[in-house]
Amino acid sequence: MVKWLNSQLWQLILANARELLREPAVLFWGIVFPILMSLGLGVAFTKKKDVTVNIAVIGRNHLVQAPGDSASVIRNFLQDNRAALRVGKDGALSRELRVPDDKLGGTTYIFDNMDWNAAMVALKRGNLNLVMDEDNGQIRYHFDPMNPDAQLTYLKFSKLMKEPGMLIKPSETEIRPLTVNGTRYIDFLVPGLICMGVMMSCMWGVSYDIIEKRSKKLLRRMIATPMKRSNFLVALITVRITMNFMEAGLLLFFSWLVFDITIQGSVPALLLFFISGNIAFAGIAVFLSCNTSKTEIGNGLINLISMPMMVLSGIFFSYHNFPAWSLPVIRKFPLTMMADGVRGIFIESTGFSQVLLPAAIMLAIGVVFFTAGLKLFKWH
Amino acid sequence: MNSEAVIRVKNVHKSFKSVHAVRGIDLDIHPGQFVALLGPNGAGKTTLVEMIEGIQKPDRGEILITGKPWRGNEKELRKIIGLSLQETRFIDKLRLFETLRLFASFFGLGKERCEEVMNLVGLEEKRQAYVVNLSGGQRQRLALGVALLNKPKILLLDEPTTGLDPQARREVWMILKKLKDASSTSLILTTHYMEEAEQLCDYIVIIDHGTILKEGTLPDLLGTSSAVTKKEEYHGPPRNLDELFIELTGRHLNE
Repeated sequence: MVKWLNSQLWQLILANARELLREPAVLFWGIVFPILMSLGLGVAFTKKKDVTVNIAVIGRNHLVQAPGDSASVIRNFLQDNRAALRVGKDGALSRELRVPDDKLGGTTYIFDNMDWNAAMVALKRGNLNLVMDEDNGQIRYHFDPMNPDAQLTYLKFSKLMKEPGMLIKPSETEIRPLTVNGTRYIDFLVPGLICMGVMMSCMWGVSYDIIEKRSKKLLRRMIATPMKRSNFLVALITVRITMNFMEAGLLLFFSWLVFDITIQGSVPALLLFFISGNIAFAGIAVFLSCNTSKTEIGNGLINLISMPMMVLSGIFFSYHNFPAWSLPVIRKFPLTMMADGVRGIFIESTGFSQVLLPAAIMLAIGVVFFTAGLKLFKWH
Repeated sequence: MNSEAVIRVKNVHKSFKSVHAVRGIDLDIHPGQFVALLGPNGAGKTTLVEMIEGIQKPDRGEILITGKPWRGNEKELRKIIGLSLQETRFIDKLRLFETLRLFASFFGLGKERCEEVMNLVGLEEKRQAYVVNLSGGQRQRLALGVALLNKPKILLLDEPTTGLDPQARREVWMILKKLKDASSTSLILTTHYMEEAEQLCDYIVIIDHGTILKEGTLPDLLGTSSAVTKKEEYHGPPRNLDELFIELTGRHLNE
């Protein structure tokens, strides 16, 4: 027992674990932040709330009638449907119309009276979805056709104008909301967050740690002793992977507790894939940090590798939105492979045999990069 | 010295691109001998120590540690060398005792030796302190303690007191003096403090531009150099190492 406690591998593991656990920032970014992110995004995208849309109406007479004002289709619609009239402290007029919908979530339309310039400023600031005016009884809608929110507001409101009956009997259509587990955004998000956590943890926890220790001449000091060089790297990676297990476990527990997320596929398959993903990123991290002793360069290298994967690998939204020509490349990113695999196990009931090949590829990536990194490794 | 040299440096050369850091140095260091490598920045002291330490390979020449070259004997030689670098920073969030435990484990040593070393360097009170909270002098004493963990036959100290205040410097000297009295460890100390060399070392090697300008005991150095130059006919032999260094190189050691 005592011999084991004195062993250099154990002492290196202890030192790395202590260093990690005594840094509050590491615990925040590693454990608390992913949970907060899943909570924020999960609530924002899973529990459909009523939405409020802002529409600018050019011309005061379209909201209220003054003596001498001509007829207005917009005003008639708002008055007929009892859209509440409000007057702001600055005298600004607005009307509010609430359209309830049990299935899709209600919509509250706020109609603000503005002149054209004020409407453009509000549009640029993202405070408006749509601008409306009227010419000889003809309503004109102004919006950015590339903005899906604006487009949706136009479609919903223009339909409402044509079919005011929807205000009384909404969603008569054959909408059958799908809210079973596995189809929600949070089901898509959590596996991605777990994989992103592994990547970031390895990149910063292994790469940056090595570079920092090299820049402090600690590596040079260590190899002036009989320390086995592989023990240093094994200890660092072991602690990091253990930490990743804890982080992922906590995130998973939290997601189960709050969002009822479950693993629909094979748990052993998930473990295998998680370990192979960790090894892949740990190998890449060792390779990345094998030569430089400047933390600034380390920062740049880590961002160079992790940022594109974070954006492209389908963590927060599906990578199928990217152009078709880019998909074969994106699918080869380690983070994409890991996220696809883990997501498959979580929501598509992927079994053990189906993950063997991708897990083997990830392992191979880790081993190749680790070996190359070790060959080029600069200890001083 | 009649005993066999623990460190033998034979006609060693080392260049980095166009810079000739070490040019044909020969040096023998015997058991228990404390040797100062004295020279200004860029003189080649650190490169010479790094070659003795086995971190750098000489371009030419040979270095033998206890009669053995580094090649093929690295594992064995690492066990008998203690080292303190000019600016090593240990892991900030480890406690002092944990740091000693970590380095002791590299030599297969346990708690007991860590306790001994902690007492030796006078840091018992700081046992639970995080490294980041130690003063410069305490950190240097910790570095020295780490270097002494394996009771080294050879101790290499690269500017161990640079940047320390006089009090902290004297504390380090005291530890080294105790070591000299109590063991047969051989020490190579690089420094550009004359006083340090005079206080601690029984053999002084003055280096500049990668070559040895003069070497010997302090009395030798101060006594024999007087006969050479015309200038000394007027001023007499140098009274201290600083004067000797100016005489040899035309400049101050700290320049």
